[in-house]
Amino acid sequence: MRKIILPIYVITVRDLKKFFRQRSRLIGMIARPLTWLFLIGTGLNQVIRGGLGVSYIQFILPGILGMTILFSAMFSSISIVWDREFGFMKEILVTPVSRFSIAFGKIVSGMLVSTIQGIIIMAAAPFIGIRFTIFEALLLIVFIMVVSMCIAAIGVFIASMIKSFESFNIIMNFIVMPMFFLSGAMYPISVLPAFMRYLMYLNPLSYGIDSFKHVMFVEFAHFHSDFSLFADVVLMIVFTLGSTLLAAVAFNRQQKE
Amino acid sequence: MNAIEVQDLYKSYNGTRAVNGISFEVGYGELFGFLGPNGAGKTTTISILCTLLKPTAGRATIADLDITRESDKIREHIGLVFQETTLDVELTTFENLLFHAYLYGMSREDAARRIDELLSMIGLQNKRNELVKHLSGGMKRRLELIRGLLHRPRVLFLDEPTIGLDPQTRANVWSFIKEMKRVEGTTIFVTTHYIEEASDFDRIAIIDHGRIVAVGNPQRLLSEMGQATVTFGTADSATAQTLLRHGMHDLGNGAYQIKTEDPDLFLKQVMNLQGLRVNDFKVNKPVLEELYISLTGSEIRDEYVDRPASKRRHTR
Ligand SMILES: Nc1ncnc2c1ncn2[C@@H]1O[C@H](COP(=O)(O)OP(=O)(O)OP(=O)(O)O)[C@@H](O)[C@H]1O
Ligand SMILES: [Mg+2]
Repeated sequence: MRKIILPIYVITVRDLKKFFRQRSRLIGMIARPLTWLFLIGTGLNQVIRGGLGVSYIQFILPGILGMTILFSAMFSSISIVWDREFGFMKEILVTPVSRFSIAFGKIVSGMLVSTIQGIIIMAAAPFIGIRFTIFEALLLIVFIMVVSMCIAAIGVFIASMIKSFESFNIIMNFIVMPMFFLSGAMYPISVLPAFMRYLMYLNPLSYGIDSFKHVMFVEFAHFHSDFSLFADVVLMIVFTLGSTLLAAVAFNRQQKE
Repeated sequence: MNAIEVQDLYKSYNGTRAVNGISFEVGYGELFGFLGPNGAGKTTTISILCTLLKPTAGRATIADLDITRESDKIREHIGLVFQETTLDVELTTFENLLFHAYLYGMSREDAARRIDELLSMIGLQNKRNELVKHLSGGMKRRLELIRGLLHRPRVLFLDEPTIGLDPQTRANVWSFIKEMKRVEGTTIFVTTHYIEEASDFDRIAIIDHGRIVAVGNPQRLLSEMGQATVTFGTADSATAQTLLRHGMHDLGNGAYQIKTEDPDLFLKQVMNLQGLRVNDFKVNKPVLEELYISLTGSEIRDEYVDRPASKRRHTR
């Protein structure tokens, strides 16, 4: 048991320490979504008359939250590729720690780092007129954790499939950006043509952002959400378990080549 | 019953053979040197033995555990210091070491005690709580060295442990390594570019183009390699006659030379003679570097700078 828990603990504590010590990265990670929220939100607020009880800046907050999670969890996991060439990952692979716990440790640490940032963005809600009860806030944090874990697991899976850091741009352009835009973050899924809608159904972030909408726009959720909360929760859990399993297997296999 | 046994090991990277059929063994408690030019296959061999790479063919055991079938067990018994640094520069010295200890299942108390002991042995106790990015290159290297030893491995692999260090730090690192070998009985497998450092290793292997070209005790390899030369300079004709009578050859310009297996014995005999008037003499013993160059070819590869073979010069 100790052998499984300790590496997860070590990886998590290390990543959290590094995260809090790199001030500039920390500030950047928080400043970017807030800038998006206020620049895009305020700008388009004038163009797009939200209607149905929610202004545009309010409408995109769940999406911005999803974006924050997407970038931070993905970045945390992809750092494996970097670490494998230049440091910690290389070192840890010589230790007797099982490959599964390394992969799982990376998922947990990505989940925590991303959840912390998610909570900071969530705290912006009252400033743009979205209020929620303590219970709703806690529920939201749980959803943030699940989405974060799912993305972190996808990140570990991707990191296990690529060989070098050069593929990083490809991932940003062909996976991360499409995942963001095809998630209902900026506009409701229902306005899209069918083939794009199907892509969105395959995107776990869609269900994450949708679940945020359910909590943030309680009274108006039926106008703005794309799926039922029940469907969101079930699918998120399925995606998270699936991607965690996939990540662990891929990570384990890569180490064996 | 050897610490390391390697049999016909091969490793190809897309057709190029980085390791091309090597066999050797390392006994428990031995300090074993793996010498070879850039690209010879040293790091590849270490990676295979440390279970980070799968061999293309061949067999190897560490402490009688098979590297492919029992890799998990092997990892508990080995330590590795990589050629390139793998420290976490955003963490402190102590954090780097503690996390490593945890990964080997050590308790916090045991780890902390061991860390302080090793830090003071290597003269870094005052850097215990410093961020690693604030340490000098030499300090980082020493830190990695003790990290490799922290969990008391039976076999420690060191890939170029002294690269880029100043001569004094290099000497310190070696005396520390030899001390650990003596105190803890650690078997040490080390690669190095600094050939002269290997002259007092227990055994060495010289590897070139993925093949082992010589293996054995360095002093024995040297004596097998050949003879030393003794050269005298004299302007005195009686002395010259005596030297010729003792088997020396006339090199011209008053220089006389002999090739011998045992230069010390020859000197003792000659120096005991009466009335020799010698201006100058020189003893040239083969050094490891010459052996190395003769076996691997003397062409310059990458960062290699061709240095003149060192000579011992005695003058009376
Ligand atoms: N990942 C890799 N892919 C392809 N070829 C490789 C790889 N790693 C090493 N090689 C090749 O294998 C050969 C041996 O490399 P290796 O790193 O083992 O040499 P080395 O003896 O450690 O050299 P150095 O003294 O420069 O560290 C070299 O020709 C190198 O180009
Ligand atoms: Mg090397």
